[in-house]
Amino acid sequence: MKYAFSFLAVIALILIAWLGSQIPGMQYFFGVAIPYLAVMVFLGGFIYQVVQWAKSPVPFSIQTTCGQAKSLDFVKHNRLESPHTTPEVVARMALEILTFRSLFRNTKSEIYAGPKITYESSKWLWLFALIFHYSFLVIVIRHMRLFLNPVPEVIAWLDWADSMFEIGTPALYMTDAGLLIGLLFLFSRRLTNRQVRYISLANDYFPLLLLIAIGVTGVLMRMFLRDGIDIAAIKQLGVGLVTFSPVITADIGSIFYIHLFLVCVLLVYFPFSKLMHLGGVFLSPTRNMKNDSRQVRHINPWNPEIKVHAYSAYEDEFREFMVDAGIPVEKEPEPTEEAPAEAPA
Amino acid sequence: MSVAKLEQLSQSVVQDPSLATGAIPTKDWMDIPVVFKPGDYAYPAKQDKVEYLNSQKGLNFPNAREWSPEDDDWKLPENWKEIIIDGLGERLEKFRSLKIFMDCCVRCGACADKCHFFLGTGDPKNMPVLRAELLRSVYRNDFTLAGRILGKMAGGREMTIGVLKEWFMYSYQCTECRRCSVFCPYGIDTAEVTMMLRELLHLVGIGINWILEPASNSNRTGNHMGLQPHTFKDNVDFLAEDVEGLTGVKIEPTFNRKGAEILFITPSADVFAEPGLYTAMGYLILFEHLGLDYTWSTYASEGGNFGLFTNNETMKKLNAKMYAEAERLGVKFIVGGECGHMWRVLHQYMDTMNGPADFLEVPKSPLTGTVFENSASTKMIHISEFTADLIKHGKLNLDKSRNSHVKATYHDSCNPARAMGLMDEPRYILDHVVDWVEMPENTIREQTFCCGSGTGLNTDEIMELRMRSGLPRANAVKYVEDKHGVNMLSCVCAIDRATLTSLMDYWNPNVGVCGITELVGNAIVLDGETRGELDEGLRTMVF
Repeated sequence: MKYAFSFLAVIALILIAWLGSQIPGMQYFFGVAIPYLAVMVFLGGFIYQVVQWAKSPVPFSIQTTCGQAKSLDFVKHNRLESPHTTPEVVARMALEILTFRSLFRNTKSEIYAGPKITYESSKWLWLFALIFHYSFLVIVIRHMRLFLNPVPEVIAWLDWADSMFEIGTPALYMTDAGLLIGLLFLFSRRLTNRQVRYISLANDYFPLLLLIAIGVTGVLMRMFLRDGIDIAAIKQLGVGLVTFSPVITADIGSIFYIHLFLVCVLLVYFPFSKLMHLGGVFLSPTRNMKNDSRQVRHINPWNPEIKVHAYSAYEDEFREFMVDAGIPVEKEPEPTEEAPAEAPA
Repeated sequence: MSVAKLEQLSQSVVQDPSLATGAIPTKDWMDIPVVFKPGDYAYPAKQDKVEYLNSQKGLNFPNAREWSPEDDDWKLPENWKEIIIDGLGERLEKFRSLKIFMDCCVRCGACADKCHFFLGTGDPKNMPVLRAELLRSVYRNDFTLAGRILGKMAGGREMTIGVLKEWFMYSYQCTECRRCSVFCPYGIDTAEVTMMLRELLHLVGIGINWILEPASNSNRTGNHMGLQPHTFKDNVDFLAEDVEGLTGVKIEPTFNRKGAEILFITPSADVFAEPGLYTAMGYLILFEHLGLDYTWSTYASEGGNFGLFTNNETMKKLNAKMYAEAERLGVKFIVGGECGHMWRVLHQYMDTMNGPADFLEVPKSPLTGTVFENSASTKMIHISEFTADLIKHGKLNLDKSRNSHVKATYHDSCNPARAMGLMDEPRYILDHVVDWVEMPENTIREQTFCCGSGTGLNTDEIMELRMRSGLPRANAVKYVEDKHGVNMLSCVCAIDRATLTSLMDYWNPNVGVCGITELVGNAIVLDGETRGELDEGLRTMVF
C-alpha cells in the first residue's frame, strides 16, 4: 500500500510536468519559476533544519565507543573507533561519511534449532548504498557543465571518465547505471527484506521512486527520446538560471521538463524529510564527540541546580546506629535521657 | 510468574511465528495495540516510593498512586497529553541528540536484528528502529511540517492512551545497551530514545518499582539495597572474616575515614549478594595486599545509579554523593569498582553534572607512580585500570594456578565497552590470573550482547522476557562451553553478576558467573597467609 501511494504520487508528478509543460507559455513556469522556487526552498529549508539542530545543546558527552579507549601506555588505543583528539574525531567522521564504516559492520542474524543464533557478515546494503551515493554525487557534479560556461576542466574530465567505456551512443554514463542499480537494490530490499518491509513508510518509498524516476527520465532524454532535446537551448537556460537572466530559446521536449520538475520536487522535499541525514550525520553526538570525558569536563549549558541529599541529613537519621557500629560521625549524639518507663499494658 | 521450561522456550524462539523467525505480521504496527499480561511488564512503582522521591528537592515524580498496567484506566492526570507533548518539546530543546535521532533515521534496518530483545522475542516493536518510531511518529505529527500537513501519510500519528501504553511496554524492553548505535550509519542511539521515553512517562506517574524503590533507597540510605550504615559495615566485615577464614589474614576495612588517600565505591550488591560477594572479597584481598590507604563510605555506598534509568535529574542527585563524600573525607581521588552502568555515569555524565572536582587530585597510583591522565578531570579511575597497571609493574604476587579450576570467558558489559571503551584492561588482567578464551567475535567488545536485564529490568516478574532477551549472550557462552569447556563467565558489572547468574542457571547451568577481581583476589599470594588447598577458590566453604 505504502509503495503504491508513493508510486501514484510520482506518476502524478510526471503527469503534471508532462501536461503542464505543453500548455503554451507554461515553459517559463516549469523551466524558470519552479526551479528558482525549488532552489530557494532547498537552501532555506536546509539551513533552517541545521540551525534548528544546532540550537539544541549537547548536554552530555555521549560518544559511542567502538574500540579501546586511550588508557594506560601499554594498552593499545583504537584511535579511529574511540577517538581522543580532534584529528582522530575528524578521521572517524570521514570514514563514516565517505565510506559508511558503521554500515560496513553489518551482520545478519538467523536463529536455528538448538537454539543457535548465527551472525553472518552482510555487506550488500553497504555496497549498494555506496554505489548509489557516489553515483549520485558524480551525476550532480557532472550536471554542473550545464550551468557553467566555460565548463571547468575537472567537470569535462569527469564527464569523459564516466563514459569512457563507450557503451551505446551516446556513451552510457557508468554513474547513471550505478545510480539506477543502487536504487533498484534499495527499493527491492524494502520489499523483500522482511524486517525492512515491515518498518518502511511511504516516506521511505517515495524518495526512492522519485530518484528512480529522475534517473530514468535523465537516461531516456540522453539515450532514447532525443527529439526536441536541444542541448544548446538547455545549456542556455541553465547558464541563464545561474546568471539570473534565464531565456528559453527553443521548444524543448517534454521529457526535459519532466526531468527538471522531478528534480525540483526532490529539492523541495529534501529539507523536510529523512533525506536530511546528509546534514544530520555530521552532527550526530555519538560519532562526532571525543572520548575524553574523564579528562576534560564537558559543559552542559542547562545543568540543573540539584542538591545532593546532604551527608548531615543522612547522619542525623542514622547517627546512633553509626556510633554504635563504630563508624565515625561529624556530630556526637546528644546524651539521651532515661527512656520513660513503659506504660503498663 | 512461572517461566517456560527450557525445552519449550528453546523451541519457541526458533519456531513460533515472529518477525525474527520469518513471519511478517499482516497488520501494520500502528494498528496492533499493546495488551498487558502478567509477565509482560515489571510492577509499577509503589505509591510511597514515588511520594518520597517527589518530596526530594530538585526531583519531580508526580501522580503517585496505586495502579496496574492491566487496568484500562491508568489514573493519569487529566491533561496528560499536554504534559507529554510539552515534555517532548522541552526535551527537543535540551537534547540535540533527540532532534537529530528523530530526523535522520532512514529506516535502513541495519539495527533491526542487532537487538537482543528482538532476537529473543521476535516482536517487531523491539527492533530498535521501531522502538524509536513509537516516539518518532508522535514527533512527526506534532513537531514537523510534513507530519502536520500529511499526518499518517508522512508516518505521523496522534498521541493517544494506546501510544502511551506502548511506550511503557517497549521503553522497558530496552536495556539502553547501545549495541544498535554501533551499527547505525548515523550513530542513532536507542538508549537516548528510551531515556527520553522513560523521562516522559515519569511526568505522568508511570514508572516501575524495581527502579524507583532502589532510587529512593539510594537517596536515603546511600545504597540501592537500603542497607543502613551499620548493616553495610557489618556486611563488609563479614566478608573480611570470610577472607580471614580462607587465608588466615585478618583484614580490617575502614569506613567513612577522614584523611584516607582513596575513597573506594562499588555497587552495593557486591557486599550483599552472591556471586558479587566474592568480587568484594577480591577487593579486600587486593587492597590488603597493597597496603592501600583507602576507605569505604556508608553514605556513598552505591556505585550504581538508578537515576540513569529514570531521568537526568535523579541521576545527578544520586551521583552527587560521590564527590560530596570525597570532599568531606578529604581523599585524593576515587577508585570505582566493577559495574557497568555506574561507569557510564562516571565516564560520560559525572564531571558534567557534578564537577569540577577541584578538591581532588589527578589520580596517581601510590604503588606504581602511574598518573591516570585519562581521568585528569573526573579524578575517578576504574578498578581494572588500577589493577592492570599494578600487574604491568609487577606489584602483585600472583599464583595463576589457584584459578586452575576455572576455565573462563569474558563478557564485555555494555556500558564499559560502548560508552567508555574499557575493553583490553580486563583482558590484560585475565591473561595474568586465569586460563580463558574469547566468545565469538560478533558477541564481544563493541558488539557485546547485553545480559538482557540491565537498566533496572532484573526483576523476577518478567523472568521469561529476561531469559529471551539474554539468549544471544547465553548462546555465545554455550558456544565456548561446548567448544572449550568454559565453566565461568567473568565480567566487570554488578548487574551482570546478578542477572547472568539467572541466565546461566537457565540456559547453561554448568557455567558460573564471577567478577574479574574475584579471580585476581583468589590468585593473590598474601603476606603471612596460611591458606590451604581451596578447590573452589574464594567460593570454597570452610568450616
